[in-house]
Amino acid sequence: MNISSYIIPLLLAIVAIIGMGKRINVYSALTHGAEEGLTVLLRIIPSLVGLLTAVSMFRASGAMEWLSSLCAPLLSLFGIPAEAMPLMLIRPVSGGGALAVASDLLASHGPDSYLGRVAAVMLGSTETTFYTIAVYFGSAGITKTRHTVPAAIAADLTGFFAASFFVRLLFGA
Amino acid sequence: MAMAYMWGGMIVISVLFGLFNGNMEAVSNAALNGARSAIDLSISMAGILCLWSGVMEIMNVCGISTVLARCFRPVLRFLLPKASQDSETVAAVSANISANLLGLGNAATPLGIQAARRMARGCNGVASNELCLLVVLNTASIQLLPTTIASVRAAYGCATPFDILPAVWLSSICSVTVGLLVSWLLSRRKGEHG
Repeated sequence: MNISSYIIPLLLAIVAIIGMGKRINVYSALTHGAEEGLTVLLRIIPSLVGLLTAVSMFRASGAMEWLSSLCAPLLSLFGIPAEAMPLMLIRPVSGGGALAVASDLLASHGPDSYLGRVAAVMLGSTETTFYTIAVYFGSAGITKTRHTVPAAIAADLTGFFAASFFVRLLFGA
Repeated sequence: MAMAYMWGGMIVISVLFGLFNGNMEAVSNAALNGARSAIDLSISMAGILCLWSGVMEIMNVCGISTVLARCFRPVLRFLLPKASQDSETVAAVSANISANLLGLGNAATPLGIQAARRMARGCNGVASNELCLLVVLNTASIQLLPTTIASVRAAYGCATPFDILPAVWLSSICSVTVGLLVSWLLSRRKGEHG
């Protein structure tokens, strides 16, 4: 029996026990959250359709391969797989685009492949940087963002590098 | 607008490559399959995404956000000493961070904006060091359970979609640390803004 098969059922049980112990209606909280999840999904479906169409065409035409091979020498220096380049380019700009590129990688290489895991970890450990910066500074009325962009990009690049490094370390290449 | 250029650019480049490589039929099929796979993916990840959103909501109602927020107060007092003098700003920032940790993006953004607005008062459109730090914190992902990507992995037939958790946490820690260090270094270099 694999220890990891205990994690999800136990987590669900713990959450249920804590909630009921606090006299919380866990079921209505669950359905309310599920509704929220569905709203999020509904909102990304239109952009996912548009972007997966574009990403699939981009791959089928050979442009994706060209873009990856263009950056391969630089990326291999840092141990980042070249196929992850399109994901790194779109990640800071569009959350839906990043999801489309990552799911394209997962579909073509498999979710348990080295590349599939790297794509997943990259997506999980970075954010839609430029969107976030625009929203925060836009609503706070800031026009001089000073060192925010370089620092945020440094964080993103570290995340991309670390994703490749830790997946290789924990799962092997 | 950026997305319009990006989407349009990808389509145009794909067609040019299709013409040049003579594989327009594959590009044509890919367009239709891509659109269909978006719905396939959405449907196969919907159940798991809803389940985890529900679990996160239970944790939220149980008050885990308040506990998390309390844990982060001392860290915030260290990172944002000036903003910490205003109790409402501290409350908004710590709620923003705990919502981010739980992956409740819809809840995190308004709280973060509220804090950013308070911190931006009287600075004439120039971001203070602490405001830069708050935004950098929000551009780095600190989500404890990356439920969306786990749902996508499960949708593609992965039996253990959360086995990437340690790698995600380690990468997030590295990324946040570098983001904070670089902002700190750059703010010292241009320290006159205070």
